[in-house]
Order: sequence, then C-alpha cells, then structure tokens
Amino acid sequence: MSIENNILVKLNEVGFQQNKKWLVKGVSLQVERGKIVTLIGPNGSGKSTTAKIALGIYKNIEGQVEKFTNNIGYVPQKISIDWTLPLRVKDFMLLTDNLKDDVLDEALTLTGVKHLKDKNLGNLSGGEFQRVLLARAISKKPELLVLDEPVQGVDFTGEIALYELIKKISEKLNCGILLISHDLHTVMTATDHVVCLNGHVCCSGSPKDVARNNEYKALFGEQASQTLSVYEHKHDHEHSNDGEIKKN
Amino acid sequence: MFDDFFVRALVAGIGIAFATGPLGCFVVWRRLSYFGDTLAHSALLGVTIAYTLEFNIAVSIFITSSIIALILVKLEKKTNLPGDALLGLLAHSSLAVGLVAIGFLTFIRFDIMGLLFGDILAVTTDDLLTIWIGGALILLVLKLIWKPLFASTVNYELAEAEGLNPDRAKAIFTILMAAIIAISIKMVGLLLITGMLIIPTAMARNLSDNPQKMVIFSIIGGLLSVFIGLFSSLEFNTPSGPSIVAAALVLFIFSLFKIKQTIQLKN
Repeated sequence: MSIENNILVKLNEVGFQQNKKWLVKGVSLQVERGKIVTLIGPNGSGKSTTAKIALGIYKNIEGQVEKFTNNIGYVPQKISIDWTLPLRVKDFMLLTDNLKDDVLDEALTLTGVKHLKDKNLGNLSGGEFQRVLLARAISKKPELLVLDEPVQGVDFTGEIALYELIKKISEKLNCGILLISHDLHTVMTATDHVVCLNGHVCCSGSPKDVARNNEYKALFGEQASQTLSVYEHKHDHEHSNDGEIKKN
Repeated sequence: MFDDFFVRALVAGIGIAFATGPLGCFVVWRRLSYFGDTLAHSALLGVTIAYTLEFNIAVSIFITSSIIALILVKLEKKTNLPGDALLGLLAHSSLAVGLVAIGFLTFIRFDIMGLLFGDILAVTTDDLLTIWIGGALILLVLKLIWKPLFASTVNYELAEAEGLNPDRAKAIFTILMAAIIAISIKMVGLLLITGMLIIPTAMARNLSDNPQKMVIFSIIGGLLSVFIGLFSSLEFNTPSGPSIVAAALVLFIFSLFKIKQTIQLKN
C-alpha cells in the first residue's frame, strides 16, 4: 500500500470567509490512517472552522478538500438538543447509523456511561453528555474521527482517561483522528502531529518541534512551551470513577 | 359501502390521521407550525386556480403550496427580514390574493366556509383515492428520508458531517408538507390543518419519552380525534374541521393530567 492510500482527508490551501471576514485562510493539512493530528490555537483562531471545512459542513470554500472515506464520526464543539424532541441516549446513539445493541453497549462502556443508556438526553450533566457524544462517534467504528474539544466539561481524571481512550481507539480501529483541543497538557501525550493555527497555519510538526517553534512561543508564551515538551511521561495506573486504582 | 357520506368521511379521516401523525412530529420538532400555516393559507390560492383552469384541486394546491415554499426559501436568502415576518407576509398575502380572486370568480358558487373549515359532505369517492394514495406515498417517502431528516432535526452539522445529506431531506420534507395540505384540505379546512398536525403531536409529546413512541401516540391521537370529531360533527351538525381539532384539544388536555400523575408518582 502506498502512502497515498493511507490518507483519509487532505486539505489543500483551504480558506473560508463569513460576512466578508476570513475565518481561516491558506490551511493545508492531512490526516492519515492510525495517526492523530491535533489542532491547537487561541480562541477564534479557526480550529473548529478548519474541522468543519474538512467535514464538508462549510461548502463555499477556497482551496480543495479531498476525502477518501465516508465513514466519519464527529463530535462537534457545540451541540444543542431541542427538548421538544424526546430522545434517550440509545436513540441518540442510532442517529446516523443502524447499529446493533451490543455495539452500542461496547462504545458506551468504553466511555463509562453504559448505565445512562435509557436515560433522557436532557437529564445528563455536561460531562456525561460529552461522554455520550464520544461514544456515539466511535460506536460506528469510523475510519476518520473528528473530535472538537471532546472532553469539555469532563472532570480532570476523566479527561486523562478519555484522552487515553482516544489514543487506544486510534490504534485499535486504525482510524485517523483530527483532534481539537486547547488543553496542551493532555493532548501532547497522544498526538503524532500538531498544527498550530491562528487564522492560518502558524507552525506544525511533532509536539516537540512545535514546542520549540518561536511563533508558538509568541502565541502561547514560554510557559506553554515548557509544559509541552516536559509532558512526556506514561501513566502506570488509572482511577475508576470512585477513585479506586485500576491496574492496567 | 362508500355510498354513505359519513363512511367516506371516516375513511378519509383515518387516511389523513395516519399521515399527519408522523409529519406532525417533525413540524413540532423542527418548529415549523407557522410554516405549515403559511402553506395552508396559500392553498386557497391553489383552489381558485383549480376552479379557474378547471384543474384537479389537490394537484393545484400541491403545486401552489410548493411554489410558495420555494419563494420563501428565496426570500430568506435575499432579504434581511426575519423568518416569521416572511412567513406572515406570504401567509396573509396569499390568503388575501386567494380571497380577492374568488371575488372575481362570480360564475362559480363557492362554499368558502367549507374551504376554510372543512366539510364532510364534500368528500367524494375520488377524494378517498387521493387521500389514501397520497397518504401512502407521503408515508413511504417519509420512511425513506427518515434517517437524514431525523438526524438533521437533532443536529444539522452531525448529519452533514457524517454524510447524510440533510439539505435534500429538508427539501423533500417541504414537498411532503405541501402534499399533506393538498390531500387534507377538504376534510379539515385550510385554517385548521396545522391544528391537525400539531395538536395530536403535542398530546403525544406529553406521553412519550422517545421519538418512536411519540410518532405512534401522535397517529393514535389523530385517529381518535377523527372518530370523536366526525361523530360529533354528525350529531351536532358542526363543521368537520373544527370538530376534529376540538376533539384533539380535549385529548391534549387529558394528556396534561397524565403528566401530573407521573410527576406525583415520582414524588
């Protein structure tokens, strides 16, 4: 198999403008099978916009998007469910795909929310809802996962566990992941490639390279650069929800 | 069997209730009740065109309502007016133009009340065919677009990102709305069609915790409303549309008590 065949989505000099203002411009990146590409950047730097361009949600764009898969799982940054619609977690899990019950259970178990399966979506907490969103995206075993701030509202230990889960999923399913996060600490342990955005690609490369980059330092400060390069240790244990230590 | 006008009305009403149930759910979920009203108001224009050109009424209404829906989409893109103002503009202007046009058609005797509020005496055997074939087609198409339509109702971007083509589903749904109005106008009347779409659904919302249940309860609510409404229409000599919608309202009120009960049980 050539390298070409491993590419799932490729953005070539894409840009998007809204109300005559460019949200992003000249962004090129690609996501390959089994790789995690992380978009970082300050608020309003066009991270979500770039993801939406890659997904084909924004249509009047500049540049080209080439997609080599239709099996995509997406966790949007903002999602508001209208409560005029009665929807249980399991109904939501079947939203875009017809999946078997045991497949749903598996995904919900992975993100730790299987007990919420019959609950109404409106009764979930922010963190629980986020875990359901992630479970829904991975349940269909996608080739490409696009995760826009997937752990927002999740408690700190849960956050680490979920990032590790994301890493595990990319290995197990051999899928490509486009991840958006503002959390420099946790992201860097899992990422293969970092793209730092600020309306355009300000720098990109491996986490280490980006941390050393001067433009990155200018954008996030010296402190961030240090955390980025320092944070490269492995966890040897994890905690279950009640604080009990689980052996790996 | 279909010789009796009441049997015809009943069979027609059952056919309509089966289609309005699931469509009504989407009207409520997607907040389209005023949109439904606008299409229904424009149906009057469709009726006058049908009479002028001696054309099939249901087909004429279907085409007119679809055109109004198309104009709405264009206006939304071209003007800076909010959606509800545009809907009001189209609803009332098409109603007004329809009424003015009727004024000019002095050579035909019109039963305006029948058009506005429905008339069970008016349902012919041909209408039954229109309703049942039309209704079956509506349900079939709705079943085919269910997944993308439902997914985009929950979240447009998820549906678009995961390749479900929500725009096409939305366009087809709009056509279904025009179709349901076209087939139910004789029974329910153009002022009350939206009531038939949303009141049984509102009742169903009070009783359901998931979408499938809501669709089923919505159909059952519609059927009960048709039965109760038509029998009382016959008994008290009231127009059929208001009788059906009033029956639906009574069911809705009962469903509120059910909510109260469950809340008490939980406490």
